[in-house]
Amino acid sequence: MNKRVPLIGAALAGLALSGLAAAADVHIRTIAATCMTCHGPGGKSQGRNPNLAGQNKDFFVQAMKDFRSGEKPGTIMKRHASGYTDAEIEALGEYFASLK
Amino acid sequence: MTLNRRDFLKWTGAGVAAAFAGCATLPGATRARVVVVGAGFGGATCAKYLRQWDPGLDVTLIEPNDKFVSCPISNWVIGGLRSMDDITHGYDKLPRHGIRMVRDTVVAIDTDKRVVTTRGGANIGYDRLVLAPGIEILTDSVRGFTEAEAAGKVVHAWKAGAQTASLRRQLEAMPDGGTFVMSVPAAPYRCPPGPYERVCMVAHYFKQAKPRSKIILLDGNPDIVSKKGLFTDAWNTLYPGMVDYRPNNAPIAVDGGRMVVTTEFDDVKGDVLNVVPRQRAGEVCALAGARNDSAGNWCTVDLATFESTSVPNVHVIGDSVGSSLPKSGHMATNHAKVCAAAIVELLAGRAPDPVPVVANTCYSATSGDTAGHVAHVYRFEAGKGYVAQPEGGATAKGDAKNFGFADSWSKNIWADMLS
Repeated sequence: MNKRVPLIGAALAGLALSGLAAAADVHIRTIAATCMTCHGPGGKSQGRNPNLAGQNKDFFVQAMKDFRSGEKPGTIMKRHASGYTDAEIEALGEYFASLK
Repeated sequence: MTLNRRDFLKWTGAGVAAAFAGCATLPGATRARVVVVGAGFGGATCAKYLRQWDPGLDVTLIEPNDKFVSCPISNWVIGGLRSMDDITHGYDKLPRHGIRMVRDTVVAIDTDKRVVTTRGGANIGYDRLVLAPGIEILTDSVRGFTEAEAAGKVVHAWKAGAQTASLRRQLEAMPDGGTFVMSVPAAPYRCPPGPYERVCMVAHYFKQAKPRSKIILLDGNPDIVSKKGLFTDAWNTLYPGMVDYRPNNAPIAVDGGRMVVTTEFDDVKGDVLNVVPRQRAGEVCALAGARNDSAGNWCTVDLATFESTSVPNVHVIGDSVGSSLPKSGHMATNHAKVCAAAIVELLAGRAPDPVPVVANTCYSATSGDTAGHVAHVYRFEAGKGYVAQPEGGATAKGDAKNFGFADSWSKNIWADMLS
């Protein structure tokens, strides 16, 4: 019985922390899903748009920044890459890298 | 539709399970029920992502048609670039996600008891309801349209399907030197660049097969609504002298006997008539009391969750939503994803993402191997709704690269919603 109180406390603290993390996850997971409209379900493309699933994080982040600056030529990607924050691009890179 | 024995067992089974679940006292023991009405870009995508993000949800998808026919790329069928088969896809892969598909039409919604009733007589309870019916075409808004449509003398072809194929056949049967008359309603309507892409596709066909033919576009708007530079360039450089564009020319009447479209200014005679009447949110939104803007045409929603501003637990996505976002298939899938994410959080007792981000990407073909795009990222801001980010915009000239990406886009969006 003694052990229950700290366990509940720990669980509550954990909930509060994971709640914040979860909100960030939902935000990024939803943006990632909107990328998949063009880049294929699960980030696996059925056409000439590149795969996002399993993409190297550093490569992804650099590519988005280069699209944004215009250094990397493209058709629509400057318009898209410019719409997200640096933090979102980092988190998206991590998310896509984690997809198998 | 009548329920067969298997459906009956399925329904009774679901009913019994729900009754037991209702007795359970432990939170989390009840499978929350989400019913999605309409399996187009918005509805199919929403059902799939709901199950992907919370496999514990009980998701039912109600759709009267046995196959999906895509509006995007349907202009390519009219231009002869693609076949009806290319834009027609089955729903057979959706049940693999644990979605229960019901082929039926919703005839009543009790938003107090949270029950949807179908024509086949099924009563399906929900905790959250998602309405994604697409548009209802106001055929009565153009005098004589209904009669001329029934006589096969005019089509709108603004819902992909039999009328898409019919329009293609009529153009094939038209003699060289004939006139194609198209009319477009004042915005808002489904697919802002659609009419102008259709003109390009018909011009592309005429240029090859019937070079003496003409196109008259009667536009109910004061100017080209979307991708103006792209379309103007295509009409001037690829089809010089073929396209007669007349702004501020909303149709008042159509006469299938004389083959005439009447506007405020003129009687315009054609060999093939394509009149697109005004539109509003699908009828099922009215059944739920969600077609609630001031004119009773579109649905006003909280754009962070897509929940109706007037009916709790009812969400509306896709073309039926009244907002500054463009009515496109791509946009509908983005509504669907934000809505699915919000519903998963709400049903779990958590707050949904207060600042979602959506994007639109829309390609239009200008010939058999060139296209252009318009693309925007929209960030939600409290009190403002979705704000278009400054780098968004449209291409000024069609090219082969965009055409290739348009084709790739169609394969990916269809796979994302249906497989």
